[in-house]
Amino acid sequence: MNIELKCFATLGRFAPENADAYELPDETTVADVLTALGIPEEEVKIIFINGVKKELHAPLADGDRLGLFPAVGGG
Amino acid sequence: MKILRINTRTKEYSFQEPGEYAGMGGRALTSRLIKNEVPATCDPLSGENKIVAAGGVLTGTAAANSGRLSVGGKSPLTGTIKESNTGGSFAQKLAKLGILALVLEDQPEDDSWVNIHITKDGVTIEDAGDMVGLGTYDSMDKVRARYGEKACGMIVGPAGEKLRRAASIQFSDPEGRPARAAGRGGLGAVMGSKRIKAVVLDDKGCGMVQSADKDAFRAANKRWVEILKGHPVTSEGLPGFGTAILVNIINEAGALPTKNFRHGRFEHAADISGETIAETIKQRGGKTKHGCHPGCVIQCSQEYVDAAGKYLTSGFEYETVWGFGANTLIKDIDTIATLDRICDDMGLDTIDMGGALGVAMEGGAIQWGDGDTCMDLLRKAASDDELAAAIADGTAAVGKKLGVTRVPVVKGQSLPAYDPRAVKGVGVTYATTTMGADHTAGYAVCQNILKVGGDVNPLDKMGQVEISKNLQVATAALDAAGLCIFVAFAVLDAEDGVSTIADMVAAHIGQPFTVDDVVKLGTSVLEDEIDFNTAAGFTKEDDQLPSFFSEETLDPHGVTWDFSVEELQAAKVK
Ligand code: SF4
Repeated sequence: MNIELKCFATLGRFAPENADAYELPDETTVADVLTALGIPEEEVKIIFINGVKKELHAPLADGDRLGLFPAVGGG
Repeated sequence: MKILRINTRTKEYSFQEPGEYAGMGGRALTSRLIKNEVPATCDPLSGENKIVAAGGVLTGTAAANSGRLSVGGKSPLTGTIKESNTGGSFAQKLAKLGILALVLEDQPEDDSWVNIHITKDGVTIEDAGDMVGLGTYDSMDKVRARYGEKACGMIVGPAGEKLRRAASIQFSDPEGRPARAAGRGGLGAVMGSKRIKAVVLDDKGCGMVQSADKDAFRAANKRWVEILKGHPVTSEGLPGFGTAILVNIINEAGALPTKNFRHGRFEHAADISGETIAETIKQRGGKTKHGCHPGCVIQCSQEYVDAAGKYLTSGFEYETVWGFGANTLIKDIDTIATLDRICDDMGLDTIDMGGALGVAMEGGAIQWGDGDTCMDLLRKAASDDELAAAIADGTAAVGKKLGVTRVPVVKGQSLPAYDPRAVKGVGVTYATTTMGADHTAGYAVCQNILKVGGDVNPLDKMGQVEISKNLQVATAALDAAGLCIFVAFAVLDAEDGVSTIADMVAAHIGQPFTVDDVVKLGTSVLEDEIDFNTAAGFTKEDDQLPSFFSEETLDPHGVTWDFSVEELQAAKVK
């Protein structure tokens, strides 16, 4: 399956080249994606799947939009 | 510390003992004084209104991030009480000059403009001369030439001179640039109605404000700095990317108001993100981090430079980027930065201008995404051009002029950069704060999106009223202390965050001050403000969002606004 992967702010350095159509085996979780990309878990504070906040062990489905963020704030 | 009152009609001034205001600061002081002394039903542009400027209880000390200024008055934009909070050097210099609060009263009968120059030797009120009509950047050049390189200014631009209801008061930063704004609520028009072009401070020969228990203060401040430097948001995110780091996350969350609050995502969000801004600044040799006042250890500001590497603007914040970006469909970051610069120079609130331009586009007066026309209209804010004048009077005024019904305001003030349908907690704040739509008054984006201080579903009503209420109380206390509200990201996540602030205050004033006192302080500020608004005629029916938020669903989540009048009242302290 393919997902649209977005690594933001300080996580930008981990973004793979084919992030717009990032290929994954079926039954993959967000945690698996972090492992595959070498992103330390503690650097990821906020996870969005299709615009909804999720946890590390949330499963991914084909066509999902996954957004990964470090701790951010502003306003 | 003394209260300096200046009568703008008679040009007399007096330094008074603080009396009942002793020990108060920031928003606590400005709101109490306005409640006591300004008739709630008065015309905000009449001599009955006052402008009060006060640093917080900790301002002028070495406490990190404690140099924020509260500016109070009755707002000509909302008709409510107003506390507009700003950075810049003004608050610290005011405190060092021994001035607890500066109160500008009455108004002249003629049209002669003055500057007020305050030094440790006294106050001089003199003809503003050739500064009248100038933008705030040129005005600051004149201020430096006239009053010395280190002079610090509180200035109105051409919009404030012309009493435009969304006019800001601009304040100079440590580099002398008028890039910091008491933007919200049109207090620039109130200052203009008193024919004051600039208040200039020179703190030469003045020392830091001394604390009662110096050792205890030093120890508490040490822990305070550790808390701020130890949190990833205040030590990495904000200095690295500025507040516009929020563009991407609010867009991901489906809550970035796009095309005048029609959609929750902007397809060009990446082009206007904090990441893009930081990259652009780096490539061009600008500065990605900058403090709006000495003693800021977070440094969320920046120096944005143009393609030639020349300084363009500073204090270029998320709300501004959103207002001139996603909200109007402008996607060129240099255009957006230029609009920010024009607002600072003309003396206009960027949030209300973003809202006003969006509504003007909604009404067909400007094409969506047409940045050139937007620049032109903002530059004409003080001219006879009717559309430009309506825009400078704010979002609500444009809606009225063009007969637009989708007008995103509460109590006449433009909604900021989070769609309330998809960040329900901040929607509760927009509806119920004493200020008119304002995100800073109770920044529930923390718990709704950012997982700071808690974690709730932003699309659900559950828990939102309570969160907003608690944040409104805590924010009022921070504003009274003179602390920048961005400390909240670290404070909410540190067990001893609030108690460390209480410790600093206790050591500074030399009296016990506990976490309970922090809550009492915040509550009392809100009570004063609600009293004023009630006396001005506001009721619970005014604590509402515009009806289109309940009638139209927001994509991508298909959500609407669904709080009842009574539910929302529970977010208020009285
Ligand atoms: S964090 Fe930003 S707004 Fe706060 S004091 Fe520092 S520069 Fe000013």
